[in-house]
Amino acid sequence: MKKQIPIIITFIAGMVMILQYFIPHRPFSDIQQLFNTWYVIIAVFAMILGLGNLLKIHAIRLQRRPKGWWYSIVLLLGFAVMFIAGMGWGIERGSLFDFLFWNTHLPMSSTMFALLAFFVASASYRAFRARTSEATLLLVSAILVMVGRVPLGNYIWDKLPLLGDWIMSYPNMAGQRAIMIGIALGVVSTSLRIILGIERTYLGGK
Amino acid sequence: MNIVERLEAIDRRIIFVLILLAVVLPLLFPIGFKIIVSEPVQGFYDAIEELAPGSVVLISSEYDPATMPEVYPMNQALTRHCFARDLRIIGMGLWPQGIPLNQASMEQAAEEYGKEYGVDYINLGYKVGGIVVISAAAENIPTTFPQDYAGRPIEEFEIMEGIKNFDNVDLIVSLSAGDPGTRQWVMIAQGRYGKKVASGVTAVSAPAFYPYLNSGQLEGLIGGMKGAAEYETLIEESGLGTQGMDAQSIAHGVIIFFIILANVFYIIGKRRKK
Repeated sequence: MKKQIPIIITFIAGMVMILQYFIPHRPFSDIQQLFNTWYVIIAVFAMILGLGNLLKIHAIRLQRRPKGWWYSIVLLLGFAVMFIAGMGWGIERGSLFDFLFWNTHLPMSSTMFALLAFFVASASYRAFRARTSEATLLLVSAILVMVGRVPLGNYIWDKLPLLGDWIMSYPNMAGQRAIMIGIALGVVSTSLRIILGIERTYLGGK
Repeated sequence: MNIVERLEAIDRRIIFVLILLAVVLPLLFPIGFKIIVSEPVQGFYDAIEELAPGSVVLISSEYDPATMPEVYPMNQALTRHCFARDLRIIGMGLWPQGIPLNQASMEQAAEEYGKEYGVDYINLGYKVGGIVVISAAAENIPTTFPQDYAGRPIEEFEIMEGIKNFDNVDLIVSLSAGDPGTRQWVMIAQGRYGKKVASGVTAVSAPAFYPYLNSGQLEGLIGGMKGAAEYETLIEESGLGTQGMDAQSIAHGVIIFFIILANVFYIIGKRRKK
């Protein structure tokens, strides 16, 4: 029963969602609305569970004190401050939560992402080599797109932006489309396997 | 160690300093490179221009502070363009951190164009669930978002009068830095409900959306800061995108210079070994 009931639920939910896509009328449209609401509720609880798990892991780290345990204090304090600020005074513009978001989270997060520019430059210098013909092709395309995508390219040669656009609109698009079709077929087959109860790893256990 | 080997093993800190200079100097001393508008950005602009005054544009913000330098300039330019054309904006988001950013952008533009919260624009906030939220909102917006981002019932706001589902929305814009984002909006809002969808994405993810552009599933596409600068050029308002273009141009130039240099050393080294 432990396995049969979840498989039956999955089958019914999956079939209803497929049917409502092709028959967007009552009762399927109503059932879809109901399922959507349920999904959002479950997703909220999943988020709470994730949050609880995160707090538990860092509380254990504080107890056991492994290397770098003080980072857990930062996390727990950060969580507590933002939680109290949000729950206590709301998240409207001008609130304490909003102030903390704009003055702590935002600059720290932007700084982390900005560091990428430095590492990309360094990594490009060390790793981006024309070792094979394929790598050379990638290298030349990357340079053309990089230069073509910024105004500087227009100053070097006025056809460079067009060349960059051509690479994006034809070879890139063909490749992207192939990847997307491949992914879509994979999703369809995996979904069918789950709905029909062939794929059962999501149930856990062996 | 000969000179080629030495240069190949250059200290990374030298590269870091050069990149820093390439970014900081153009910000301090702007060059003012001319910005040429690409077709995908023009398509986005035209989609807004085609809307009649009073039309409803739904802006969904799926980005965060990390991707803010790329996406926020387009958010600002878009909200300014919408208000300049007297369009109404409904904001929402599938990423929680995108909500205050979109709100700030709408508030700033509203101040400039004399627009009022709840009348000309509203922010419905974040709802967990990704693609399912889109699907739910497509059928019934008030049920999916009974309150605005600050927890006020949406019936209180004039802008929501007559807004029931996606039939009452004229254009959907996804400002996205990943999943859930533009892909999901195209799949549900465009694919399922036939709504017009336009998108602004980070430069690194833009190539993945060209198939949607080519198939007509996206009205237009703004890619990264360059795209934002192009949009600012179209609406004739210099903003964060235009300001950052000089720095990005020079930084790209420096990175390309290093790539070419490294490959020259690599080829010389290879020949010597032979």
